[in-house]
Amino acid sequence: MLKNFFPNKILSISNKLITNLIIAMILVVFLGFIYALFISPPDYIQGDSVRIMYVHVPSSFIALGSFAFIGIASISNLIFKVKFMPLMAKSLAPVGSIFTLISIVTGSLWGKPTWGIWWAWDARLTSMVILLCFYVAYILTWKLISSFEKANKISSIIGIVGLLNLPVIKYSVDWWSTLHQTSSITLTSAPTIHYTMLVPLIIMLVGMVMYSLIIFLMKYKTEIMKFKLDKKKNNK
Amino acid sequence: MLSKKVKSRIFILILSLTLVTAIIFFVLKSLEENVVYFFSPTEIHNKSDISFNKKIRVGGLVKENSISKNEKSINFIITDLKNEIIVSYGGSVPNLFSEGKGVVAEGKLKDKKYFIADKILAKHDENYMPPEVKKALEKSN
Repeated sequence: MLKNFFPNKILSISNKLITNLIIAMILVVFLGFIYALFISPPDYIQGDSVRIMYVHVPSSFIALGSFAFIGIASISNLIFKVKFMPLMAKSLAPVGSIFTLISIVTGSLWGKPTWGIWWAWDARLTSMVILLCFYVAYILTWKLISSFEKANKISSIIGIVGLLNLPVIKYSVDWWSTLHQTSSITLTSAPTIHYTMLVPLIIMLVGMVMYSLIIFLMKYKTEIMKFKLDKKKNNK
Repeated sequence: MLSKKVKSRIFILILSLTLVTAIIFFVLKSLEENVVYFFSPTEIHNKSDISFNKKIRVGGLVKENSISKNEKSINFIITDLKNEIIVSYGGSVPNLFSEGKGVVAEGKLKDKKYFIADKILAKHDENYMPPEVKKALEKSN
């Protein structure tokens, strides 16, 4: 599996494959939107504002998932020093940070009609803001530090410390009293979302994960080309 | 297998990770009072060092048949099914505020059983379903 992400393999991925992925992603997201906005029913208590969930939940999922990858890649960076791992993590950071922001903004938009407030400093919302800070710090390290080795080391430490924040985000709603509700979808029990709402949620999740993958692939390709160019320059 | 260098790196990493985790754990533990968003009526009941001048939040369920409105204010009872607090509030409540549903009130305690709120927030749970399903569920109960 991992072999497919080796620099030379990725560079040989044709742009046609990415184009096909984009077409497929647009179709899935379009289907998701139709389902989420028209076919799925309103909620028995929240009414139509429940539809914000179809963007909010996948965004949060991608935000956490991306950082989990960055954190694990960071650990392997510090221990095994595999060359292409930092490039992968670096390429995943922008899309992850954008979805963190989208998750926070849509959550705020959802909070007003349901809770009656745009923002509350409860454990879940605060830990999400901390995640955004980690993303920003991670990206800035790569941007501001020109030496690859140095940037890799510092960003890896940020990635690993940020990884510790993820379980705090996930379990914040169980550990402390929060305004945010607890999780509807868990590994241990049946989802508490009716299937007419679960289906559009899953379609949107698939579509948005595809989008993230596409952005990641494009960015990763550019990063590898940049890395190889730099290497050539240094050798001369 | 793993070289000595790699092994020592793993060791240092695990050590520092445990240390950082422990630090974060103790910081969060000591800040628990600030990390929780609201107190339940039982927590307020059991608290000895309660301040009546500081703004706090109380959360729980709106007790069934407890809402009473007059021209100036709305009164209701927050319950966690063990203890109760009477809340008085002069303002408009969020749309999702209703009996049997979650609520968080922000304001000051008058005494341990009486709370003057200056903000009311609705808290909803993790259950999502269409109205017809809800009706069907209620019928079968």
